[in-house]
Amino acid sequence: MGLLSDPNRRKALTGLLTRLNTPICGMPVEWLVKAMQSRGLEVFTQSFSRKLPFPDENKERYMVRGTNVYGILRAPRAPRTEALVITAPCSPGNTNNQAVALLLALAQYFRNQIYWAKDIIFLVNEHDLIGTQAWLEGYHHTNITGMEYSPLQGRAGSIQAALSLELSSDVITSLDLVLEGLNGQLPNLDLANLFYAFCQKLGVLCTIQGKLQRNDWDTAEGYTHAAQTMMLMVLKQACGRSWGDHGLFLRYHIEAASVRGINSFRHYKTDATTIGRLLEGMVRKLNNLLERLHQSYFFYLLPSLSRFVSIGYYMPAFGLLAVILLLRALDLWVHLGAPALAAVDGVTEPSSPGVLTVLTPVVISHLTGVALYLLPVHLQEMAVEHFPVSETEAVVLTAIAIYTAGLALPHNTQRLLSGEGTEQGWKVLKLTALLYLAVLLGCTALINFSLGFILAVTLVPITASITPHMPKALYAVVMVLLSPAFTILYCVFIYQELIEAPVSVSEGWMLFLSVISQGILDHALYGSLVYPLLALFIYPCWLMFWNILFWN
Amino acid sequence: MDGTLFRSVNKFFIIAFCLDIKSYKSFMHRPDSFFLATKMAAPLTLLLIVAVTIRAVLFRSSLAELISARVEVVSPLNAWKRVVEGLALLDLGVSPYSGDVFHETPLMIYLFHFTVDYAEIVFIVTDGITALALYLSIQTYNKDVFRKQKYALESDRYSADCLELLRSPKEMFYIPLKVAMFYLLNPFTILSCVAKSTCGLNNAIIALFIFCTLKGSALLSGILLALATYQSIYPLTLFAPALLFFLQRLYIPVNLRRSSFWFFTLQYAFMYVGSLVVITGLSFFLLGSWDFIPSVYGFIFSVPDLTPNIGLFWYFFAEMFEHFRLFFSCVFQINVFFYTIPLSIKLKEHPVFLIFMQIAIISIFKSYPTVGDVALYMAFLPAWSHLYRFLRNIFLVSCVLLACSALFPVLWHLWIYAGSANSNFYYAITLLFNFGQILLVADYFYAYLRREHHLTHGLYLKKKDGTEATLVLK
Repeated sequence: MGLLSDPNRRKALTGLLTRLNTPICGMPVEWLVKAMQSRGLEVFTQSFSRKLPFPDENKERYMVRGTNVYGILRAPRAPRTEALVITAPCSPGNTNNQAVALLLALAQYFRNQIYWAKDIIFLVNEHDLIGTQAWLEGYHHTNITGMEYSPLQGRAGSIQAALSLELSSDVITSLDLVLEGLNGQLPNLDLANLFYAFCQKLGVLCTIQGKLQRNDWDTAEGYTHAAQTMMLMVLKQACGRSWGDHGLFLRYHIEAASVRGINSFRHYKTDATTIGRLLEGMVRKLNNLLERLHQSYFFYLLPSLSRFVSIGYYMPAFGLLAVILLLRALDLWVHLGAPALAAVDGVTEPSSPGVLTVLTPVVISHLTGVALYLLPVHLQEMAVEHFPVSETEAVVLTAIAIYTAGLALPHNTQRLLSGEGTEQGWKVLKLTALLYLAVLLGCTALINFSLGFILAVTLVPITASITPHMPKALYAVVMVLLSPAFTILYCVFIYQELIEAPVSVSEGWMLFLSVISQGILDHALYGSLVYPLLALFIYPCWLMFWNILFWN
Repeated sequence: MDGTLFRSVNKFFIIAFCLDIKSYKSFMHRPDSFFLATKMAAPLTLLLIVAVTIRAVLFRSSLAELISARVEVVSPLNAWKRVVEGLALLDLGVSPYSGDVFHETPLMIYLFHFTVDYAEIVFIVTDGITALALYLSIQTYNKDVFRKQKYALESDRYSADCLELLRSPKEMFYIPLKVAMFYLLNPFTILSCVAKSTCGLNNAIIALFIFCTLKGSALLSGILLALATYQSIYPLTLFAPALLFFLQRLYIPVNLRRSSFWFFTLQYAFMYVGSLVVITGLSFFLLGSWDFIPSVYGFIFSVPDLTPNIGLFWYFFAEMFEHFRLFFSCVFQINVFFYTIPLSIKLKEHPVFLIFMQIAIISIFKSYPTVGDVALYMAFLPAWSHLYRFLRNIFLVSCVLLACSALFPVLWHLWIYAGSANSNFYYAITLLFNFGQILLVADYFYAYLRREHHLTHGLYLKKKDGTEATLVLK
């Protein structure tokens, strides 16, 4: 590891850092191109533009236009069929300049080494995730989100792994590893292990979810601490958004993680040289890989960086929850079958519920779901015209309005169409809804365990026990309190509590609104599936149970 | 004394039932059956309109492209993409079979040569024809069943206490419509149609074959069976049930020493083989070469394309050592045809149920199955709704089939896109799906035989020592 050991290089790096610290408007594309070229890389740029469906108030952007700069270091040792990516988002302001500088320093150092067997791509992307998305779509010749971008002029081989750097200052106290990607996808656990091993080797403090590992596993505090870390991971994974630039790489079957430098008030500081050595070590390890990372786990939860909970441990918990639904369905099935067998001696039983009785609520619930999915974005202009709200508020408030209106609509229309509901009618509807929910939750848990689990925990008990013969007012309140929207609200509060930044009720409400707008934006920009899943499937399914409560 | 009373009460019920039958019969054979036609035509038309609307909407939506790329819906044999490729080659004057892409039969490519611009309409109309053919077949079949039941009742062949097993015209009235609905509104059929999988055309040929058979036209039945065989080989096994049906219809006993049996068998076989030869010859003259034989039938038998699908072949053949390949492809293919013999012996009195069993077995064990094949035999399920009380696993089977249908795309995503699962996951679901299908078919088979047993031996069976007996399928 000879990185920056000689004083000249270190001086160059310091020069770069001071140079980059001067305020710049936008990304210095020309300077970056020159800087990369002078370090001996093949440099290309890609411009992209994207109009958001509605303004993003968190990041204050609407019409996004930007340029990605990337340089390719060609591998001297192998046929250049594979590549690694190191990326640093270059956002307006100075928030990530250190990362860009470190990236350039690494490029300069890597250029002089002869052992590279994979091409190394140094990517500086503008507008964080949107830039990454444009670059990845350009690299893989796809266009799944309607982004406009110029085609890439230079390509390397198929990308095996990617690391994303986020450093806000030149000295840091600890490094945080971010793994949660789009739709809750996680990179291979070996990538996390690699990071942990190098942190141990170089004596760098490393955290996950911003939480340090504790050594006292068997004490109550240690256990709580680990459980909190894991809860944070579950919450972050469940929301299905990409928590760093790495999250979008995962979709293309590229193992990726973000390394985030944190500067807190600890005494022990790590300088950029050590981070550079750490990254060099990781990239060299990845460079030596003969095949993609596949030996280790893809499904895991991390209570700390050195320990994990595998799918074999957490899936049974979900399985037991799902079995409740199936057993309930079986119970109903037996009940429905019993009178049919009893009434065999020629007497025609009260006519079995027509297809219409069950089909009507199902169709109406799903139409409400489709409205919830389509209308907020499409109606924003109209809403802005008629109400004194901004576009973003209009979208979020329309969504909430449709959600609330859905509670009133279905059971009324159902009663209008098919008259008094029969005893058999709701049983058939509940049987359908239970099986539907079980399949839905099962599929969700396979793709994004955390989301499936959170939904199962909130939905299963109430849906399994609901009948029309319960005290209506009480159970209506309970059902609403356990509906998907309230689940999101609770998650917001629990998340804030866990990251030790508790919020008041009104702040929590504002956060909740911004979470909804972010969810819709994530779906439109990156193809996150949480919003359509909730709007088109989970919410209609929940409405079907709501219907059962108000059956007659 | 009690016995006589019971007998007389029973007799009364049977007479009442026969009256019911008579009213039904006069209803069915009323010269002005216009009333019947209008009563059933309206829902059928409505059904057709709904089905066509759904398909037309899906054809216009962005989902069509997604669906036509799903491995569950299209196989290398019937993918529309490959038909287009074949057409392009044909237009260039190259044999469409020269590459390893096109595996349709020559007649199919000539059909689309003329109708490629109206492909969507062709597929929608084909589905409509299939549904109509199934509708009319089941209507004919039900009349037949009813007639037989009446004769059996009159000749006292049924046991006294099985009255509740008899079928009434009331419950049978809507069955044909339900069959058509099960075919047209089945998501599997809709997916298959929207993907423009030529499986829909094969289904139509088989449905027309069933219709002609049940109507008693041996010539048309032979021709259509030949056409179905020409399209995908496997319907060959439907020869046995069709023959049994005609023999039963003409009151020829299945007796190997009777000349009348051999005469008719040879006659039907001649019609079948003759049409097969004519169709194959026609294909040869259309293309001027025999290229299509290895490219279509060789492709079906030797299974060179191991793209994952909902069948059992791909994983097994991908994992296998190459020198066992011939042996195992023989074993797997014989498996499809083998069940014809025992099933024909067991069900020789019930050829229509045998047709259902054969179609189901073909769609489970064929080399490139798609959901379109599954949809065809599932359409028959309403016709056996009277077996419901004897089904043992229907809840389990429906749960398994439902869950598997949802899990196919999910595990495909995890395997191919996310890379976090692997082919074992997908194959596990394939196995489960086929397990569910086999359980379904076996369950219906058991229920059918059990009902027949009860009809002759009475519903409440007792063992010799007086305890309640249970029936075991052996």
